[in-house]
Amino acid sequence: MTQVSMTVNGEAVSAEVEGRTLLSDFLRGNLRLTGTHIGCDTSQCGACLVHVDGEVVKSCTMFAAEAAGTEVTTIEGMANPDGSLSAIQQAFQDQHGLQCGFCTPGMVMATASLLKENPKPSVAEIRDYLEGNICRCTGYHNIIKAVLAASGQDVDAMVAG
Amino acid sequence: MSGPLTDLDRPNSYIGRAVPRADAARLLEGRGRFVDDLQLPRMLHAAFLRSPYAHARVNGFDLEAARAVPGVHTILTGKDLEGVVEPYVGVLSHLAGLQSAPQMPMAVDVARWQGEPLVMVIAESRAIAEDALGLIEADLDPLDPVTDPEAALEPGAALIHDSLGSNLAWERTVDVGDVDAAFAADGVTTVERSFTFGRHTGVTLETRAAVAAFDPSTDQLTFWYSGQAPHMMQFIFAKHLGLMEEDVRVIAHDVGGSFGIKIHTYGDEVATAAAAKLLGRPIKFVADRLESFQTDIHARDHIVKGRMGLTADGKIAALEFDDITGIGPFSMYPRTSAIEANQVLNLTGAPYEIENYRARSRVVFQNKNLMCQYRAVGHPIAMAICDCLLEDAAREIGMDVAEVRRRNLMADDSYPRQSASGMKLADLSHQQSLEKLLEIMDYNGLRADQAQARKSGVYRGIGLVSMVEVTNPSPAFYGIGGAPIASQDGATVRLDAGGGLRISSSVTEQGQGTNGILAQIAADRFGIPIDRVRVTTGDTDTVPYGGGTWASRGAGIGGEAMLQAAVALRDQVLDVAAVMLQTEPSKLDIRDGAVTDLDGSERMTLSDLARTVYYRGNELPSDMKPELVATRHYRVTDFPFVFTNGAMAAQVEVDVETGMVKVLGFWAVEDCGRVINPMLVDEQVRGGVVQGIGGALYEECLYDEEGQLLNASMADYEVPMAAEMPDIVVAHVETPTRTSELGAKGAGEAGTGGAPAALMNAVNDALSPLGGRIHQMPMTPERILKALGTV
Repeated sequence: MTQVSMTVNGEAVSAEVEGRTLLSDFLRGNLRLTGTHIGCDTSQCGACLVHVDGEVVKSCTMFAAEAAGTEVTTIEGMANPDGSLSAIQQAFQDQHGLQCGFCTPGMVMATASLLKENPKPSVAEIRDYLEGNICRCTGYHNIIKAVLAASGQDVDAMVAG
Repeated sequence: MSGPLTDLDRPNSYIGRAVPRADAARLLEGRGRFVDDLQLPRMLHAAFLRSPYAHARVNGFDLEAARAVPGVHTILTGKDLEGVVEPYVGVLSHLAGLQSAPQMPMAVDVARWQGEPLVMVIAESRAIAEDALGLIEADLDPLDPVTDPEAALEPGAALIHDSLGSNLAWERTVDVGDVDAAFAADGVTTVERSFTFGRHTGVTLETRAAVAAFDPSTDQLTFWYSGQAPHMMQFIFAKHLGLMEEDVRVIAHDVGGSFGIKIHTYGDEVATAAAAKLLGRPIKFVADRLESFQTDIHARDHIVKGRMGLTADGKIAALEFDDITGIGPFSMYPRTSAIEANQVLNLTGAPYEIENYRARSRVVFQNKNLMCQYRAVGHPIAMAICDCLLEDAAREIGMDVAEVRRRNLMADDSYPRQSASGMKLADLSHQQSLEKLLEIMDYNGLRADQAQARKSGVYRGIGLVSMVEVTNPSPAFYGIGGAPIASQDGATVRLDAGGGLRISSSVTEQGQGTNGILAQIAADRFGIPIDRVRVTTGDTDTVPYGGGTWASRGAGIGGEAMLQAAVALRDQVLDVAAVMLQTEPSKLDIRDGAVTDLDGSERMTLSDLARTVYYRGNELPSDMKPELVATRHYRVTDFPFVFTNGAMAAQVEVDVETGMVKVLGFWAVEDCGRVINPMLVDEQVRGGVVQGIGGALYEECLYDEEGQLLNASMADYEVPMAAEMPDIVVAHVETPTRTSELGAKGAGEAGTGGAPAALMNAVNDALSPLGGRIHQMPMTPERILKALGTV
């Protein structure tokens, strides 16, 4: 067992875990932050995306111990400080950029990371950036629209309403 | 929008509007309630040892080392569940002649597919349970696997179930008109093709998951699961675990995608419930992705030989095909694995005027994972057979593929009527949908682009499909054959003291927006702002009895029940209000949460009315018995199914050097009757199209000859990603169904049912100048290069 300490969504946390504990399991199991989802076990699906020291990371590809001392942000830390939906979350709701919601935390984390790198991405750039995020319900169409809306762009850049 | 229900000038007119879903915010904040998020006191975790062989005799297990692992609580084998679980058999009486064998949650004497559960380890954590699995010594004798469905029917083939005497589970034929004479007639051009449809699967992003808790003091089982049909599962656990149905509570909160995968009886889930009953402690089982690929039901797996005859003026003279489908070693319980073949026979050619139709389907056991109903059951096969033969035949006689449809699609004013296979059809719009499709895709413009591209050696293709979709099923789908599956659904609407509405429904939410549209319907018909409506679904303890979500029935059946309940409560409230206000109900209205005069001036709020009824009944006449709750149930009568129709088109570019297909564009015109929420239905159609594109181009469960699944991970099984998907344009023709006041038909499966045929037609259109053609899905680069003869 290893003692692991890190900052998650601004709070200092610490727990004793087995060395094999993945960051995703640490967040879900030890911290009960169940918004981070496990979809594939092989780092394809992107449902477990979090930010570690500002970089987007698939939390199933990292041991909890590797994240010791870092600042981690999960979907639970993405709302505005007053608790209201952030611009990205609001855009996903307004544009119906989700169905079952299982991939959604990962999509929101990926979008935040994309918009930090590229504040006004094109449709093609959005589609490209989401190469590590599987959505099995939507046609991706409204997810793209949500990212456009979150970046303050005209959603009519999509060919169809 | 038109019609009596979409008077958009009225306050609270939500039907037909793009209302965002209220429950999206919770999911966007990471506050979902998926099964694996649930932690119960004293909960244990299950993991399963699964058969490494497709076919093997199970001699026994050495469990000593596994039992010694600290944290392991109990280990159960298939034999241990004998007497605990009553075996189940996936047959229904309306599928005459269908046979299958009794099935147990874990194999007892013989394992019949790779992945079948053998041993269940229950431990303090999933990790400990998996550690113990690695220490189990399994004594298994491999048997010859039967994997190829055609070989399985050969005389002398090894039998998967000795007791059945044959690997043939079911056979059905249809023979209408004089097919032989029609093909032999002068001037008829016949095309014959052999189709292969590979196996694929749902890949729900949330894997199957269950938490079972049993209270020995009351004999009550509570089963949280990621599923679509809580009441069906209530029956199944009661029957097969020896409980009273009223002692089984099934809860489905948030469900991370389902697509028909999560509507069946899975051994690992039954074993989880059985173990909870044996141990008296909560047990969680969450499938990992490997388990999902090996045991979530697979879909399709058809080999079809088909032919179509076309007269010189482009009329379909006759259609004939012979289908063989492999379903794994059992017919899935309780829906059976024969429904897909039945649908293929029922639906092939259903959009068209066809007088001569002959078809046979044989449903065959094999040593692969079970095949059963997944999104658009049978539809992609049926649409591909007919529409691909039709486009190939049109090319043969030099007729445009849109024109050949105009000449054969049923006329929009010809309903009600029957299809060649005897399906009752009504309220369809094939001709109008086709014309709308050609318009929105700029068909002539795309043809000009195609011709231009070919001059520069770029091979683009355009493919169409005209399709039907089975929605809003009546008892004819399952109940008539003895299945514990309700075809009716119920809705309850209750006015609470605060003036808000609490509604509940037996249809379930898996992300398609069921809860949202139910709130829209209730708010619209009752007369209240939608933000005063709260919705409950997915709990057998609290919702009316009903079927859940399958066969595109949530909006059409659940929605109509909700409409009727809201109208009933409105009438009840107006009766109370009229007494309190000393007027007639007909002189009052409910608008925006208040009782008003017909001119809209407010007389009293709903909260005032409800508080008077609930708190100060002394103010009411003593003979008045106000009811501020209403429940209504609805089922489809007169029609076995409410068919929808659609027309879709794909534009592709085939790289003839690499065999890669790029989907340049996709267009879908859908007639699902009354559209309740265009934003939701459009994206559901798109999501269906994307799964259809997946089945046509990428997705396949690849088995070797020994029955070993070769690509059971997301690294090896390709699902469509954002970068590969085209913009998908969705448009509607609205022909409300005559079977309900709401007028809504289903829409959830259309894209998956139609897209594969459109894609296959588009690829063949692109390949046709090179003389290549392909009738195998998925159309992988290797198969396309083989079709071109370059490899």
